[in-house]
Amino acid sequence: MRGAGVVLLVLLAALAAGCGDAWNDPYPAAQRGENILYTSFIERPKTLDPARSYTSDEWNFTAQIYEPPLQYHYLKRPYELVPLTAAEMPTVRYLDAQGRELPPDAPSAAIAFSEYEIRIRPGIRYAPHPAFATDAAGKPLYLDLPRAEIDRRFTLADFPATGTRELVAEDYVYQIKRLAHPRLVSPIFGHMSTYIVGLKELAAALDAENKRLVDAHRAQYGPADRGLPWIDLRKFPLAGVEVVDRYTYRVRIKGRYPQFKYWLAMPFFAPVPVEAERFHAQRGMNEGRNLTLDWYPVGTGAYMLTENNPNARMVLDRNPNFRGEDYPSAGEPGDAEAGLLRDAGKRGPFIDKVIYSREKEGIPYWNKFLQGYYDQSGISSDNFDQAVRIDMEGEASLSPEMEARGIWLRTSVGTSSFYLAFNFLDPVVGGLGERQRKLRQAISIALDWEEFISIFQNGRGIPGMGPIPPGISGYRDGAEGMNPVVYDWVDGRPQRKSIEVALRLLAEAGFPDGRDAKTGQPLVLHLDTVQRGPGDKPRLDWYRRQFAKLNIQLEIRATDWNRFQEKVRTGNTQLFFLGWNADYPDPENFMFLLNGPQARAKTGGENAANYQNPEYDRLFEQMKNMDDGPERQALIDRMLAIARHDAPWVFGYHPKDYGLAHEWVGNVKPNQMARNGLKFHRLDTGLRERRRAEWNHPAVVPLAILAALAAAAAAGGMVAYRRREARSARGAEAAA
Amino acid sequence: MIAYVVRRILYAVPTLIGVNLIAFALFFVANTPDDMARMALGAKRVTPEAVEKWKAERGYDRPLLFNGEARGAKKLTDTIFFDKSVRLFAFDFGNADDGRNIGHEIRTRMWPSLALAIPSLLVGLAVYVTAALAFALFRASAFDIWGVVACIALMSISALFYIVGGQYLVSKLWSLVPISGYQGGVDSFKFLVLPVLVGLAAGFGESVRVYRTFFLEEIGRDYVRTARAKGLSDAALLGRHVLKNAAIPILTGVVAAIPGLFLGSLLTESFFGIPGLGSYTIDAIQAQDFAVVRSMVFLGAVLTILGYLLADLSYTLVDPRVRFE
Repeated sequence: MRGAGVVLLVLLAALAAGCGDAWNDPYPAAQRGENILYTSFIERPKTLDPARSYTSDEWNFTAQIYEPPLQYHYLKRPYELVPLTAAEMPTVRYLDAQGRELPPDAPSAAIAFSEYEIRIRPGIRYAPHPAFATDAAGKPLYLDLPRAEIDRRFTLADFPATGTRELVAEDYVYQIKRLAHPRLVSPIFGHMSTYIVGLKELAAALDAENKRLVDAHRAQYGPADRGLPWIDLRKFPLAGVEVVDRYTYRVRIKGRYPQFKYWLAMPFFAPVPVEAERFHAQRGMNEGRNLTLDWYPVGTGAYMLTENNPNARMVLDRNPNFRGEDYPSAGEPGDAEAGLLRDAGKRGPFIDKVIYSREKEGIPYWNKFLQGYYDQSGISSDNFDQAVRIDMEGEASLSPEMEARGIWLRTSVGTSSFYLAFNFLDPVVGGLGERQRKLRQAISIALDWEEFISIFQNGRGIPGMGPIPPGISGYRDGAEGMNPVVYDWVDGRPQRKSIEVALRLLAEAGFPDGRDAKTGQPLVLHLDTVQRGPGDKPRLDWYRRQFAKLNIQLEIRATDWNRFQEKVRTGNTQLFFLGWNADYPDPENFMFLLNGPQARAKTGGENAANYQNPEYDRLFEQMKNMDDGPERQALIDRMLAIARHDAPWVFGYHPKDYGLAHEWVGNVKPNQMARNGLKFHRLDTGLRERRRAEWNHPAVVPLAILAALAAAAAAGGMVAYRRREARSARGAEAAA
Repeated sequence: MIAYVVRRILYAVPTLIGVNLIAFALFFVANTPDDMARMALGAKRVTPEAVEKWKAERGYDRPLLFNGEARGAKKLTDTIFFDKSVRLFAFDFGNADDGRNIGHEIRTRMWPSLALAIPSLLVGLAVYVTAALAFALFRASAFDIWGVVACIALMSISALFYIVGGQYLVSKLWSLVPISGYQGGVDSFKFLVLPVLVGLAAGFGESVRVYRTFFLEEIGRDYVRTARAKGLSDAALLGRHVLKNAAIPILTGVVAAIPGLFLGSLLTESFFGIPGLGSYTIDAIQAQDFAVVRSMVFLGAVLTILGYLLADLSYTLVDPRVRFE
């Protein structure tokens, strides 16, 4: 008994010693008061290679490390591109087929090539990395290591010397060539190869070289050896991309493609130093260890990845070679009042370190935020009612509990669209026939997205009037932006048409009261969907109820993600839900989802509904390469009118993002397009320490009670046992 | 005994081939190489050429089990199954579909799994055996009856409830330990206290009932009656004789479970943010990463075979009558 007590005391002492004042602090005591931002991630990043990474989860990291030439203004809305490493915005020259320069207002048809010239600022330096380390004579230390030298090193820290060098235009060109690398399989290669002159040819040349190298390597080392030799992309010309001088490069695009400037703000076009690729390509680097460029990104950004443990924790440290960046001095109306201009003109980054901890489950994540151990949080449906109140006008505000903790709420409408697609290849719901169109219109009216948003999104969304979400040019608010097929403008707001209108349309489509007028058979439609678990049942029931308003029987064909994708790809569907997240803030990036030549079943494109309307496609070709302006808006309006009339989608909703942050976090403004804003965030670490201590007093009384109960139970058991032994003995004596 | 061990190891080879084949078949019934490529490349702007290139780079562009176009032995060897399976027997797990080294991941992740599993096993064994002995000591008393009722009640509650309840009570309400997370070394203690206690509570009902049954069965034997007739106290009887003789079934379960400790606990690791092999396996299944799934299934099969072999060998330690011929 005494021994157990001592053990308990020792354990408690160890616990207390490791934790300081707050026992439940998940971070080491040495980090207290440090200028560290604590946040979390759910999905482990698949890759941190800027040529391959294409998800927001990964860009949360890569955007802090890699710097493309352009970025989005941190505060201004609508989104505005500004230089990042570029000295100024790129200049664009238009050329005809003979290479003669055309005026800026030349018609798109006359433009054979667009030439983007990008000049970067001198003096930008990479974060420290062993690939740049040199000896006294300037010879690289780690670029030609013998196998034995590599075999004894397991992390980047095992290469003690590091170095840096200046960013040059060649690095950007090298990365553009990497998009065609056969071993990287960049997701945007297919798209970019239709625009960047010579990219397709480069890929063919690299394919051939890769095959030659792989065959030779396997002949020497056997098929199992993974240390494939490095391909030096500098030896392979890319006709459309050239280095003009040390700080300038030029990209030649086929035709006119004004959206290319947005790609220049994505990590795909960030620089990769050839030394880093060569360093990590040495044989043995990925044998039993992850010494790859994918695992150890190297860039010029405000932060560098110092711990890559995607199972538990990712750590970004301030890049000591970062040049600094001034906080914007102007934003949009309301930013000054929201305190977002307090640091105007001050040089960032303001935070020394960012620790991302992996939280796969919502409950511990939310509770750690409430305990002050995460500085920021999203809001899941489970916690919505605890965090947010919606007033009579539908405006969201914080709950009193959150307000009392000094938490603040920031909302923004996502640059995303969710929709129910009708497969245009399906004879019942697809095609441009009057009967099918009216059926689609009737369903568009019957599906009450306002109710859906209220029930399943906790009010976090706005009903879609078309494919373009708010915040993107081409979107119109108010009566002129309303979808007149589904809504009427009543009392200054859109009102969904009555179900009677939908029933009338259904009857005109040949299905009075939900039955085929010719055969009398009930109309049965099929919805293909991905079922993730029992939690989906309310949503699926809701869909059935919406169709039941029209007496249409909805049959749900639930399947897994792979089969669902396959069905959509092959056009073997009738109805299905999909969504689209903007690549860049241009209407072309949404309107192309309904472009006929992009039909999924025919071309593998992004038009999953396989919608095809020649007039829409013609207008799209005109609109896609235009600059924003009244002329473009007029075209967009016409296209929207066609899409609303044809109703290839039931325009669902655009989700709203709700973010919470503690009062000690400053300068946070949601930015749906850019994820490199960490360099502008600010922390009041003193306030954070005080709040954490206040919110996390260890309750030792329950422990003492539990210990006392355990001791009492043990003592009681001992007494009972002794009595029993004594009784047995007396019983035995009596029997004798 | 050496001959017995060698024989058992040889038996393991066809078992492992069979396990590999079944895992392979099950995986590729649900996922085609095209699915894997599309999952890896993402949902946006993926062209059929990119899918083909991804498959070719990773060797998924060949037939699954039989290559009709190849000649001779290559009909079987120039296939996905052979290429991806044969290296496993040399414990060369290769790279995951995202290019990362699986061996490195396993070596890194097995330590957090072990850090959770070993204390859970040892503390659990001590507590369960002690409790079961106490129930056996006071058998047929109110303590025993209500104890069994409590065990059944504890067994009836979902493991998830213990986790969420434990996190709420101990971490949130009492602020005694972190609610989730993990650090290596001495710091791991504060992160492991709660998961170990939760695991202890979740397994208490079932284990104590089973152990109690073992002990009661042993108590009913003649040698116990004889010892008691000779005046041995109940405590001495249970501690010296019953515990030792009931150890074989207990040992079977415990030793067989030891290799499985490497593989981690899926639910506990996920909820407590412990970066072990359990969560690695779940992530791989969700990401349709066949390379990792195959490696973990193979490793699981090897460890299970090893576990049962160890359990058989351990019988000789507790029961000298057991011999392997």
